Amino acid sequence: MKELELKNLYDDFRDGKTLQAYAKIIAEDAAKLDRTINIMEVCGGHTHSIMKFGLPQLMPNNINFIHGPGCPVCIMPKERIDHAYVLAMQPDVILVTLGDMIKVPGSNGSLQDARAKGADVRFVYSPMECLKIAQENPEKKVIFFAIGFETTTPMTAVLIDQVIKQGVENILFHINHVTVPEVMKELIDSRDVHVDSYNNKIDAFLGPSHVSVIAGSKIYEQFPRDYGRPVVVSGFEPVDVMEGISMIVKQFVENRCELEIQYKRVVSYEGNLNAQRLINIYFDKVSLFRWRGLGNVPESGLKLKDAYAKYDAEVVYKDVLPLAEIEDHKLCICGDILRGMAKPPECTIFGTACKPTTPIGSCMVSSEGACAAYYKYGNLL
Amino acid sequence: MNKTITIAHGNGGEENNELIKNIFYKHFKNDILERSEDAAVLQVAGEVAMTTDSFTVSPLFFPGGDIGKLAVCGTCNDLAMMGAKPKYLTCSVIIEEGFSTRELEKIVRSMKKELEINGAVVVSGDTKVVPKGSVDKLFINTTGIGEIEQKGISVHNLQEGMSILVSRDVGAHGATIFAAREGITLESTLQTDCASLYPQVKALIDAGIGIVAMRDATRGGVAAVLNEWAKASSVCVEIEEEKIPVQEEVKGICEMLGFEAVNLANEGTFVLAVAKADEAKALEVLQQTHESATLIGTVTHQHDGKVILNSSWGTKRFLDLPTGELLPRIC
Repeated sequence: MKELELKNLYDDFRDGKTLQAYAKIIAEDAAKLDRTINIMEVCGGHTHSIMKFGLPQLMPNNINFIHGPGCPVCIMPKERIDHAYVLAMQPDVILVTLGDMIKVPGSNGSLQDARAKGADVRFVYSPMECLKIAQENPEKKVIFFAIGFETTTPMTAVLIDQVIKQGVENILFHINHVTVPEVMKELIDSRDVHVDSYNNKIDAFLGPSHVSVIAGSKIYEQFPRDYGRPVVVSGFEPVDVMEGISMIVKQFVENRCELEIQYKRVVSYEGNLNAQRLINIYFDKVSLFRWRGLGNVPESGLKLKDAYAKYDAEVVYKDVLPLAEIEDHKLCICGDILRGMAKPPECTIFGTACKPTTPIGSCMVSSEGACAAYYKYGNLL
Repeated sequence: MNKTITIAHGNGGEENNELIKNIFYKHFKNDILERSEDAAVLQVAGEVAMTTDSFTVSPLFFPGGDIGKLAVCGTCNDLAMMGAKPKYLTCSVIIEEGFSTRELEKIVRSMKKELEINGAVVVSGDTKVVPKGSVDKLFINTTGIGEIEQKGISVHNLQEGMSILVSRDVGAHGATIFAAREGITLESTLQTDCASLYPQVKALIDAGIGIVAMRDATRGGVAAVLNEWAKASSVCVEIEEEKIPVQEEVKGICEMLGFEAVNLANEGTFVLAVAKADEAKALEVLQQTHESATLIGTVTHQHDGKVILNSSWGTKRFLDLPTGELLPRIC
C-alpha cells in the first residue's frame, strides 16, 4: 500500500475543477428555490476556510453564509481574559494556554502584555506539555488556562487524569470549555437584547465536524427534529464545505430536513466514547456560561467537578479573581452578526476603531472570527 | 584560550586582546582590520549603499545555517537588493558570560565563509561580554557598505503590466526555525534557505536585465514585500496562488500550525519586479541557481495599494500583512 503523505489530506480537497463543479451543482439547485437560504457555519474553522478560499464568491445570490460563534478565543468574555491576566501576574505562577489566547486584550491588557511585565506565560500545542513544565519547575504553580469546544476538552481531561494518577502537586486548571449544541439552540431561541426580538435568519447549519469526532453527530439530531433546521456535518477543506453546502441546498430542493454527514472520513454517529467517558468523569455542566457577544447561554460551559476543586484555579485563587461582568462597546454589533442579522462591514466601527490589532468585539479577536476573516481576506465580490 | 568566554574577555585588557586576536582577527584577516585604528579608512568609488541589521536568532545553530552565516547574508543581501556589491562590513558581538569559545569560533568561521562568497571584508568590530542572563547566548550586529552597480532600483517604481518573480520556493527559513525551536517536537529534514544573494543579482545585472524593484523576503515573508510595493507604488499586485512555489515540507508545517508560506521568513529568497519584456530572460537567469524560481504575478490597478491572490477556481482575496506574534527571534 502506498504510504499516506500529509499532502494527501488536503491536496485533492482544494482542487479547482472540483470546486467549480460543486459551484455549478449548487447554482442549478438553488435556481429551483424561490427563496434565500441562510446557512450558518457554526465553527470558526469553517469561517476561516470559507473566507480564505473565497467560497462566497462561488455562491448564487440566494445562498448566504452566516458566520457563527464557533471560535473559542473570540467568545471568551473579557472578565475571563482578566482572570488569565491576574493569574499570570501572581507570584510563582506559570500560566500556560493555547496559541491565539495570548494576544486577546482584557481590561488590563493581554497575556502578551503580562509577559512583557515579567509574568511567565507560555503557549503550547498540546496541554500534555504542562506535565514537563511542572516537572522542570517544582517550586512554581503551573496553571493551564483551558479553552475550546468539545474538540479540545478531551485533551484537558487527559491532562487532569494524568495529574491525578501521577500525583502531580503543582498543576491547576482554569476551565473555559464550552459546548456547541447549547449555543446553537440559544441562537435560534433567544431574545436579542439589542433589537429586543427573537429574530434570527438561520435556515440551516453547516455542522462543526471536529466537535463531532469527539461528541458524535448525534448531538445535532435535535435541530432537524425539534427546530426544523437541517444540519450537514462537514469537513474543513474547501471541497468539503462546497459538498456540505450542496447537500444542504438539495435538502431544501427535495423538501427534506435531516441530519447528514459529509465528513464521513472521520465523523461517526456515536463519536469517541472513551473521550466522552473521560470528560464525564472530570467535568460538570455550569448552569450559565457568558459568551462574549451573546450573553449568558444556559448549560453551555463546563467546570471541574467539586471533587476536584483543589485543582481548580477558580477555587484556589478565588480571592484575587475579579467577578464583575464586562460588556463590549455599545457600538459593537457582534450579537447581530452571530444571529445572521448583519454582516461585519455593516458595523460602524469595523475596520476603523475595531481591527485585528485592536479588537473591540468578539468577532475581531481571533483569525477565526467573522470580522477578522472579513478584514483579512476582504470582500472582493 | 579558555573553553568558555568570561567577563574578563570583555575587559579591554589582556584577555580581551587574546579573544580578538585568536578568533576574530584570525578569521577576518585583512589589511584594513589589522591596522587596528580607531576607525577603518576606506576607498570607495561612486555611489554607495549602507545598511545595518542585528541578529538574535534562536537557536543559534539550525539546519543549513547559524547566526554567523545569517549575520553576513542578512546585511550583504540588503546591499545586493539595492544593486550594490557588498564591500565592507562591521561586526559587533554581544556575548553572554559562559558562552562556549568553540561555538563562537564556529560562528565566526561561517561568517568568514559567507564573506568570501560576497567578496566582502570585515573592517571594524567590537566585542562585549555581559553577565549571565543579560542576553540570550549571543547577539550580532553587522553594518555594511556596498558599491552601487545598478542604479535606480526602488520600491516606488512599479507600473501596470510589470512582472513579479520569486527567486526560489518560499518559507523555508521560517519553517526550519520553527521546527528547530526548543519546546516544539517536530522532526523534519527541512533546511533554511539562508544564502548570499549577490551572485544572483550580479548575474541579473550582467545579463542586462532592467531591475525595477528587488527585495529579499525576510520577516513578514513574500506577503510583506508585495504589500510594501503595492503601497509604495500605489499599484495592485495580483498573484496567482497556485504558482507560488512552496516545498511540501513547508506546506505541511503550515497546515499543522495554521501559517501561510507567504508569511514565513526567508533568508535567501527574493522577489523581483521587471518589465514584461525582461520576464523570460530574468527567469532564465534565476533558474540557473534555483529551478523553483518562477513568475507569480503581475502589476495591475484592480485595487491600488493592495495585494490580491487569485485562486485556480476563480475566486479572489486580499493577501494582507500578518498580525500578532508569528514567531519571535527568527533572525
